[in-house]
Amino acid sequence: MSVPKGDVFLAGVGGQGTLLASEVLCDAFLLSGFDVKKSEVHGMAQRGGSVTTHLRFGPKVFSPLIEPGKADLLIAFEKIEALRFAHYLRPGGAMVVNAQEILPPSVATGQERYPQDVTERLRAVTDRLHMVDALAVALSMREVRAVNIVLVGAASHFLPLPEAAYEEAMKARLPSMIVDVNVRAFRAGRALLQPIDR
Amino acid sequence: MSVLIKKKEEIRLLSGNEAIARGAFEAGVKVASAYPGTPSTEILENFVRYEGVYAEWAPNEKVAVEVAIGASMGGVRALATMKHVGVNVAADPIFTVSYTGVRGGLVIVTADDPELHSSQNEQDNRHYAVAAKIPMLEPSDSFEAKEFTRLAFELSEKYDTPVFLRTTTRISHAKGVVRLEEPAGPAFRPGFISDPAKWVMLPVNGKLRHLVVEERTKALREFAETWDGNRIEWGDRSLGIITSGVSYQYVKEAFPDASVLKIGLAWPLPVRLFREFAAGVSRVVVVEELDPHLETHVKALGIRAQGKELIPIVGELDPRIVRQAITGEAIPVRAPEPVPSRPPNLCPGCPHRGLFFALKKLKVTVTGDIGCSTLATLPPLGAMDTCICMGASIGNAHGMEKALGPDGAGKVVAVIGDSTFLHSGVTGLMNVVYNRGISTVVLLDNDITAMTGAQENPATGKTLHGEPTRRTDLPALCRALGVEHVYTVNPHDMKQTEAVLRREVARPEPSVIITKAPCALLPEHRREKRPVYEVITDLCTGCKACSRLGCPAIEWVPFTPEEAVAAGKKATQKGMARISPLLCDGCSQCPPLCKFQAILEKNS
Repeated sequence: MSVPKGDVFLAGVGGQGTLLASEVLCDAFLLSGFDVKKSEVHGMAQRGGSVTTHLRFGPKVFSPLIEPGKADLLIAFEKIEALRFAHYLRPGGAMVVNAQEILPPSVATGQERYPQDVTERLRAVTDRLHMVDALAVALSMREVRAVNIVLVGAASHFLPLPEAAYEEAMKARLPSMIVDVNVRAFRAGRALLQPIDR
Repeated sequence: MSVLIKKKEEIRLLSGNEAIARGAFEAGVKVASAYPGTPSTEILENFVRYEGVYAEWAPNEKVAVEVAIGASMGGVRALATMKHVGVNVAADPIFTVSYTGVRGGLVIVTADDPELHSSQNEQDNRHYAVAAKIPMLEPSDSFEAKEFTRLAFELSEKYDTPVFLRTTTRISHAKGVVRLEEPAGPAFRPGFISDPAKWVMLPVNGKLRHLVVEERTKALREFAETWDGNRIEWGDRSLGIITSGVSYQYVKEAFPDASVLKIGLAWPLPVRLFREFAAGVSRVVVVEELDPHLETHVKALGIRAQGKELIPIVGELDPRIVRQAITGEAIPVRAPEPVPSRPPNLCPGCPHRGLFFALKKLKVTVTGDIGCSTLATLPPLGAMDTCICMGASIGNAHGMEKALGPDGAGKVVAVIGDSTFLHSGVTGLMNVVYNRGISTVVLLDNDITAMTGAQENPATGKTLHGEPTRRTDLPALCRALGVEHVYTVNPHDMKQTEAVLRREVARPEPSVIITKAPCALLPEHRREKRPVYEVITDLCTGCKACSRLGCPAIEWVPFTPEEAVAAGKKATQKGMARISPLLCDGCSQCPPLCKFQAILEKNS
């Protein structure tokens, strides 16, 4: 059997925890016997700017970067960021988008409005669009920082890994005191979507 | 990390920086020194976690290299790491340690930043290897980053030379699989062996060492011919690609069937291998990011090759760019959607925001510096006019004042962070005093090196190992340099800050204003209980006075005339301000800006 391969693009806003989410995903792939590479940028971009992570898995991965038009899955932590990087998705790729709105500076200062048609424009990119309210789930758990893992849970339906791989990865990666809340966040996120769209 | 170190041999997913740290540990490095700089910072942050090592943040890269040289002289393996522009600062000792050579293995990591993700330029530091006559290894992923780091120390001792290890952002900050091994060190004990002919670079000694350097380069060129890190991967002979670093990965992705000559040693280069490869393929293309380093040397051999006429010289590559450049075929992809841009911004609660807001009111020219504060250039603050390099703000202000003459008095202010000041601003300030300057210098003391992700520095009172230490006393240092007027203000109190700024800018003498308040991201600050502010809807007139702060927590809620009326406002009110309780840091900068007293502490 050939080992499946795929490209996962994560997009969000600095401070949303995209980095930790991608760490958990990478570890889960590695534990399941895949070759993995991921690339992201630290430093200046993290100060509230757009942040992205390129994650690639397969039997053997060369490039740490995903080409535009080649990502199988786009996980977006914020709606505008989903749209900003939508051109990375391959035709027919899946998108899991957090319904949260974080205002970019031009919107926060009233120079322009937050685009009202983001969902429609995303739907024009792919019919495999899944909007989830990860912030509401995290807030209901009284842990706003768990938004990232809620999203990983929702996105896990589109990745070829068993649920146990993610939980094992979290146990290995996270400080023990926050493992439990993140495992719960993962499960709550996974429960947001049905496993229909593989 | 602790698990990682204890198990005997295993596979781990590490970033290039983590892999270099691991490689240095496995190579038995005893002393490491660095100044933080993206994308190099995490090397020492990871290295310091290994048992039995010593690592430190130096005030700048020159000191870091000098410390590493000292450790090498003392007989242990030593590491200095820095970003590409850090090598400019450290170039002085680097060019001469090339002559002296080493005792314990000495490796200098240069982490380049093509695409300027977090830098002021995208210089290609492979030129330094040529100019300083120092061998340079160039890994193409995390796996090689660790292997090459180990090898670098072996080469250093075998050939009596410092060795460069060059990464780029996509090596340093990309994760890949790494094979962990057991540590091994140099085969000799620490101790300095006096040998003035080697270590004292008087002209007479330096002249002789230069001959040694040239012989060494010949020997290394021979190594380059036979080392399997420089290797030909024969494939389809109609296309042969010479490449190195992360570009190799893009080539393998875009042209899996092509013949490839992969270069792992960026200097010195293998002449016979180039000739053999070129003879075996019908078309040679050199694929490298930034400057035509390999290409120039390949062409100097008389080999017909294509390079920068196809491959962009600016920015990063990726598989798509490489494929398109070589085949000329553009695979159509969806155009990026037009959406509001989201540049990086000063954090909610950032003390710099208060200073720049006050500074902008003075309508002065602001010479700026490297750090988070550079973000004050962006709107709506728009309060910085220049930024060149670490420490430049003070010299720039002084030079501008000398240029403008009496007309320039009171019109220029230099702004520099605490860590940047200690890095290379101190001598600039000394120069102002010495040369009868009148500059006003604002020293942003947020108790940390913030932009690179919160590293300690000589003024924070803690070492890289987390041990308490004596702090550099910034006001006392400024006074010792001869600045008579040194004042400390709280930048969150913008009224006080503005008053002191106005007074000092008008003063025809040098002065330093220290804005003292901790970085909003420091854990000890975050643990503190702080108020959360809110906008009282009934009182907000939508005047946008608070929006001018550019705080990410202050959001604008636009109204249609109907919505305005429904909210109990005049139909002409375009909107109102709202403070995000998730983002508000309680810094208290915004309440005094509202003349309608609409911003109040929540639940007060």
